[in-house]
Amino acid sequence: MVNDPIHQFRIHPWLGPWNVFGHEIAFTNSNFYMGVIVAVVVGFLLLASRPKALVPGRLQSVGEMWYSLIRNMVENVLGHDGAPFFPLVFSLFSFVLVANMLGMFPYFFTVTSQVVVTASLAVFVVALVVVVGLYKHGLGWFKLFVPSGVPLAILPVISLIEVISFLSRPISLGLRLFGNMLAGHIVLKVFAGFVVSLVALGIGGVIGALAPLAMAVALTALEFLVAFLQAFVFAILTCVYLNDALHTHH
Amino acid sequence: MDANAAKLIGAGIACIGMGGAGIGVGLIFGNFLSGALRNPAAAGAQFTNALIGAALAEGLGIFSLVVALLLLFVS
Repeated sequence: MVNDPIHQFRIHPWLGPWNVFGHEIAFTNSNFYMGVIVAVVVGFLLLASRPKALVPGRLQSVGEMWYSLIRNMVENVLGHDGAPFFPLVFSLFSFVLVANMLGMFPYFFTVTSQVVVTASLAVFVVALVVVVGLYKHGLGWFKLFVPSGVPLAILPVISLIEVISFLSRPISLGLRLFGNMLAGHIVLKVFAGFVVSLVALGIGGVIGALAPLAMAVALTALEFLVAFLQAFVFAILTCVYLNDALHTHH
Repeated sequence: MDANAAKLIGAGIACIGMGGAGIGVGLIFGNFLSGALRNPAAAGAQFTNALIGAALAEGLGIFSLVVALLLLFVS
């Protein structure tokens, strides 16, 4: 087993590559862990909604907290006509949360540490915002890029800046999640490598290896927090961008 | 200077950008704390906004880290 920080991100094709319309498609470890994520989300929510007690026990309570976190987020940010988007935001949040959390287990593959996965999710969200905006407001949605109260002379420049900052949203949304997961796991592996290198130096090294080991424990705790926070931020930014589509400022 | 040495130096310089991100996140939470100590009752409602602001500010530091990693590991 190769012991450098980058090897954990390699994609291994498990079911051999097939040639589909000129593209090489394979069933990889990344696909397998996406299936595991779906199984965990569906299985956990099914289990949590089984008791149906009025006063929830621990398992049902966790399911209710998970649901109500996203439900309140959608209601606060999007208002009443944002309710149709709740299943989408809930699915995005659950997928990203469980993907990040599953990556914290040793030897598991972090699906969201691949930029193609996070960029796909981000491009999907922004494309949905554009489609919903155009569907609801027609061509009047482009008034989003023309803020009111701007002097006519600099209006073209402001509109161009607004368009560019809108186009930076899928990039920032995808890169934020990708960068956090990638950096977190690289740092964890680097400190783990320090522990191994120090232990190889004999008894003094074993004593000295306690420092990077303590640091690795602290970083793992931080990584759990970052995993939850990044899923939460992805969901709430999805809600904020959808709000731009639904309630274009006039 | 050969390309590999320039890439390594560039990766080191790119990491300076994360200092700005650290300052930004500290500003957000520092302002949140000073506001929360003045008005504790209203603090809980704004904690979500503080987290959003901190994640957005931290995102830019992560972008500079991604540039550094691109320079180091992408041939």
